[in-house]
Amino acid sequence: MNTIAAESLSAAETSPERAVWLTAARDLRLGLRSRAELIQALVFLVVVVSLFPLAIGPETALLKRIAAGVVWVAALLSVLLTLPRLFAADHADGTLEQLVLSPYPLPLIGAGKILAHWLTTGLPLSLIAPLLGLQFGLGADELVVLMASLMLGTPVLSMIGAIGAALTLGVRGGSILMALLVLPLYIPVLIFGAGAVEQVMASIDYSANLSLLGAGLLMGALSAPFAVAAALRISLD
Amino acid sequence: MNIYKYASPASFYPLAGKAWPFFAVIAAILVAIGLYISFFVAPTDFQQGEVYRVIFIHVPAAWMGMFIYLVMAGYGILALSFNTRLAAMMMEALAPTGAMFTALALWTGALWGKPTWGAYWVWDARMTSTLILLFLYVGYIALNNAIEDRRRADKACALLVIVGSINVPIIYFSVKWWNTLHQGSSISPVMAPKMAAIMVNGMLIMTLACWMYSIAVALVRVRAIIAEREAGAEWLTRSKA
Repeated sequence: MNTIAAESLSAAETSPERAVWLTAARDLRLGLRSRAELIQALVFLVVVVSLFPLAIGPETALLKRIAAGVVWVAALLSVLLTLPRLFAADHADGTLEQLVLSPYPLPLIGAGKILAHWLTTGLPLSLIAPLLGLQFGLGADELVVLMASLMLGTPVLSMIGAIGAALTLGVRGGSILMALLVLPLYIPVLIFGAGAVEQVMASIDYSANLSLLGAGLLMGALSAPFAVAAALRISLD
Repeated sequence: MNIYKYASPASFYPLAGKAWPFFAVIAAILVAIGLYISFFVAPTDFQQGEVYRVIFIHVPAAWMGMFIYLVMAGYGILALSFNTRLAAMMMEALAPTGAMFTALALWTGALWGKPTWGAYWVWDARMTSTLILLFLYVGYIALNNAIEDRRRADKACALLVIVGSINVPIIYFSVKWWNTLHQGSSISPVMAPKMAAIMVNGMLIMTLACWMYSIAVALVRVRAIIAEREAGAEWLTRSKA
């Protein structure tokens, strides 16, 4: 891992903005090398979503009503489980300290990590979600809105999650603690995301919820990298 | 007088020791007046009967729960920007009181809801966002306990509270819109628009009492935190002697 870091960072000699792409590319390359981990998050999502009909019963109307909420909650939990992946391995082998010490702005490195995390979790989750929605009897419009809401919402989950992951770096009982810290902050995303699908089901204009998700995405993109950088500095102090 | 002097735990410790009995006495007097008004002076509500009297503790508790979180965020900003240890200690001292008031608001709300609405809990916007606020307090306390290194815990918690406080209004409005979208319960938690002046006064006096109580308890607790962290420091052993 260290060699990859060195290789990509030594290539980054031109502009600081390249730190985003280089970090993202490196994390993506590492992520794609452990495909099992990537698939596990998706399988987790499918399993959790499949539990609900078993628990509630195969009533089509009821399942259709809860579909958006179930998929969204499962996506939230699935993202939550992948959060330690963001920094833990780099922290363990010392790469993270090198990244913090590197001359490149830490917020940009954090942004790159968030981007790579979303590409390996949020994006696949959004792409597989329509399939799950189909199992719950959602119609074409609803599936499109479900996917769109996940596409807009899951990057925010990665951003907030990155702050939580950076704060709990190397702390005992980290994963439960991270759930406690991060899940309450995920609630607005959950409400707007699942709300958009519910509105399209009720044939109401759903654009407000998607706009709010988009606003959250922009606000997160502007502020989360700085919070992540601050959290990393605190944790590695 | 240089107030920055008191940013040092060593000089704040004796000040807090002198100040807390003062706030405690005011709190006790205000509680006595407030409880007297709420039980004996305020009239029985013609719609809700005697059960409405829980608002004299419920509303102040809900306000304090929110207010203390904001105060903690203020201390968080101080702790991160000026790197002051005392600000982080104040955060730590305030958190249990804030969580207590938030839990108290939920508890009294449930007790009021059962006879009035017929249910201990409804997914009303205010109740839901208060519950989430309690989760935020729990998260703070959990993070504070989980990190061994005190300086790291202080800063990490400060950042968490700041991020959380930015989210508090977002959470509040998202829950509010979520609630209006669903329109599940036909009961509105909005109180009768015209409250008798004596009821408002009673509530305000109880709020002040809760406020003074919070200050007194936070000062006592921050003294304990200072004593614990600075154990063995020369100034502390000297002040005890």
